[in-house]
Amino acid sequence: MKAPVDRKYTETHEWFLVDDHGVVTMGITQYAADELTDITYVDLPEVGAKLNAGDAIGEVESVKATSEIFTAVGGKVVEVNTNLTDHPELINDDAFEEGWLAKIKADSVEQLSALMDAKEYKAFVRNAG
Amino acid sequence: MMPSSLLHTPLYDLHVAMGARMVEFAGWEMPIQFTGIIEEHHHTRTACSVFDVSHMGRLTLTGKDAGSLLDHLCTRNLKDAEIGRSYYSHVCREDGGILDDVIVSRFEEHWGVICNASNRNKIVAWIERHAAGKDARLRDDTQATAMVACQGPKTIELSKEFTEDDLSSLKRYHFRVRAAGPLRITVYRSGYTGEDGLEIVLPSVLVNVLAPKLFGTRERPHPVIKPAGLGARDTLRIEAAMPLYGHELSEEWDSLTAGQAWCVDLTKDFIGVEPMRKLAERGLPRKLIGLDLEGRRIARQHFAVFSGERKVGEVTSGTLSPTLGKSIAMSIVGTEYSDEGTALEVEVAGGKRTGAKVVALPFYKRPK
Repeated sequence: MKAPVDRKYTETHEWFLVDDHGVVTMGITQYAADELTDITYVDLPEVGAKLNAGDAIGEVESVKATSEIFTAVGGKVVEVNTNLTDHPELINDDAFEEGWLAKIKADSVEQLSALMDAKEYKAFVRNAG
Repeated sequence: MMPSSLLHTPLYDLHVAMGARMVEFAGWEMPIQFTGIIEEHHHTRTACSVFDVSHMGRLTLTGKDAGSLLDHLCTRNLKDAEIGRSYYSHVCREDGGILDDVIVSRFEEHWGVICNASNRNKIVAWIERHAAGKDARLRDDTQATAMVACQGPKTIELSKEFTEDDLSSLKRYHFRVRAAGPLRITVYRSGYTGEDGLEIVLPSVLVNVLAPKLFGTRERPHPVIKPAGLGARDTLRIEAAMPLYGHELSEEWDSLTAGQAWCVDLTKDFIGVEPMRKLAERGLPRKLIGLDLEGRRIARQHFAVFSGERKVGEVTSGTLSPTLGKSIAMSIVGTEYSDEGTALEVEVAGGKRTGAKVVALPFYKRPK
């Protein structure tokens, strides 16, 4: 199972990657995308929206299921992946790169330290799966 | 982890070896997809896919009363059933509630009934209860046999690779029985995808002979025939507006309300005919419709359908149609809201409403 070591993971299968400027890119894991099957629709937050940690930021819908997406960091949405509107399948194809969902200017990246690292996430999926 | 009590079809090991994602379905562990639901869907519409449908119940009825018993239990008139033909029918309760939808086939010496996996125990008990005192015996062949569906416009051409039989002359809803030594293989021209195709029932011991011809091997997969899972089977049948038990069909309503009047003969006597005759006389208060939805959201089972502020029904099945590229759904609504072109709304996930328009069923018809 793929889970890049440069990011943090939640038990609800989101990933978070912090850059040097405190901007956090988030998405869902490849495991989650595979479980959902073909993704057909993505509901994204608006740029400029203010979020608290734990907020639902949108929904990902597949042929089989609809799933809410939660952010583990609070902050302001600075960019969303508008390519997904016409090509939601990018999440299935490449959940960790092309299929990113939103970029959030975090109030504090400290909140991410409590999340799982790649190794812990892999173990979590193995035990939960 | 999958519960260990789940049943496996004779093709289970092959599915796992081919990388299928397995899910629980009606007590069986079945492939939901191999490469992807949408890809498998398109492949079925344009070429040929093979589906393992061994989880479906396969029952055999023998005895001189078997035919009259089935005619009494089925909505379809089976009195003039021809040998070598299959008949889609419903089995209903006294109050008209649908117990199952089945395919009844008349063989030379016996009758076959194919029922849903989820209803097998219920249907076996129902038939046995009504067979009491009659010359009719039921045998459940489900776990002694396998059933595969080859579906798609290239199926008949490709069938030359696995049979010497010319299946192009086999008519839709007809079947042939072929001997393989002492064993029998039954080939039906039917399916659940809206495409031309075959459904093949064979003894489990022959699966290892047939499977490589259909699937190829892991190292050398068949160049055209590709495996498909239950996910694509569902999106295909929704486009073709074929009803699914537990969705369009339920004990909560009857075959007419479910939009399947074509398989109901109100001029003959069968269990459940009285309430359906009354409904037909008075007019149906609600009926099955097709909906075209705005946007890409999927309307799922039980989502509420509105006309203005009034809830007028519920979605029974919905998907984002891979062939048509739009969101489609079936729904049972009040008859006054069922005319083609009627503007309705569906409450999708998150409580938002999306516009919908009543359209004719099916959504997709294969080109002739």
